[in-house]
Amino acid sequence: MIEIGLGHYLTLGAVIFTIGIVGIFLNRKNIIVILMSIELILLAVNINLVSFSIYLNDLSGQVFTLFILTVAAAEAAIGLAIIVVYYRNAGTIRVEEIDNLKG
Amino acid sequence: MIAHAIFFYVFSLIAIISAIMVTVSKNTVHSVFFLILDFISISCLFIMIGAEFLGMIMLIVYVGAVAVLFLFVVMMLNVAQQKNQWLLSEDSSGHIPIGLIISALIFFELIIVIGGWKYKPDLFNSDNLQISSELSNTHSLGQILYTDYIHVFQISGMILLIAMIGAIVLTFRQREGVKKQSYIKQISRERSEGVEVLDMPSNKGVKIDD
Repeated sequence: MIEIGLGHYLTLGAVIFTIGIVGIFLNRKNIIVILMSIELILLAVNINLVSFSIYLNDLSGQVFTLFILTVAAAEAAIGLAIIVVYYRNAGTIRVEEIDNLKG
Repeated sequence: MIAHAIFFYVFSLIAIISAIMVTVSKNTVHSVFFLILDFISISCLFIMIGAEFLGMIMLIVYVGAVAVLFLFVVMMLNVAQQKNQWLLSEDSSGHIPIGLIISALIFFELIIVIGGWKYKPDLFNSDNLQISSELSNTHSLGQILYTDYIHVFQISGMILLIAMIGAIVLTFRQREGVKKQSYIKQISRERSEGVEVLDMPSNKGVKIDD
């Protein structure tokens, strides 16, 4: 318990990943919260990469974390732009009312 | 070592609680606030574990840019009044048990993988990207980022550029009735459409219809 090892960080990553999955599965109201859950999932992946990089003494994990950070920022910008355009056209962004594809 | 353990537990507890609050919070603005708290505590963990550059970059990128972007969109779209009540609404209750079961399964699979994971011996000492003890984290990251990973670095810059152009194109709206300067119309104006030479009879006015 006192000795913090790789398993502690991986468990933290797994917990946050699962919370993000739960947020995506169970959210039926607000699509912005779904985007935030995706950010949480990417954060969990970053935790895994950084802790592996530190404990395996290899820098490439941190480099890939930088690239994941870049892609996450781009994804947030594009997703929020799509939400803004959808809200302008349809007047709502409630998840249960976005049913244009009748899925 | 004890301080490391205490700080790890404090920061990860804050991170997990705020991650839960992101998903169950009724107000979207509160969700964004808890997302900021989550990012800050995770970047504290990164700084503590020895990846200082990534911790600072996460503070700058997530807290400074992404969270503010989320806040702007929440303000623009007026969704703060739309309550986020997935636990209470009756039409979504059919999704809750199966969603929880699948999430628990995913969590247990991850835990099993972590518990059964061993260091592979050839995973160590296999390549030349070892973390050196005399260089700082930022210095060593920069040394491999601009040499070994230069193409990936350039591609990530292109991704950011494309995302910027895409966001602008998506949200750009041509408004009606706004007067604008048009350079191409100004430059391509000819003498024949601007000036008209009239024969003026003396002592009479000229009627110009406009």
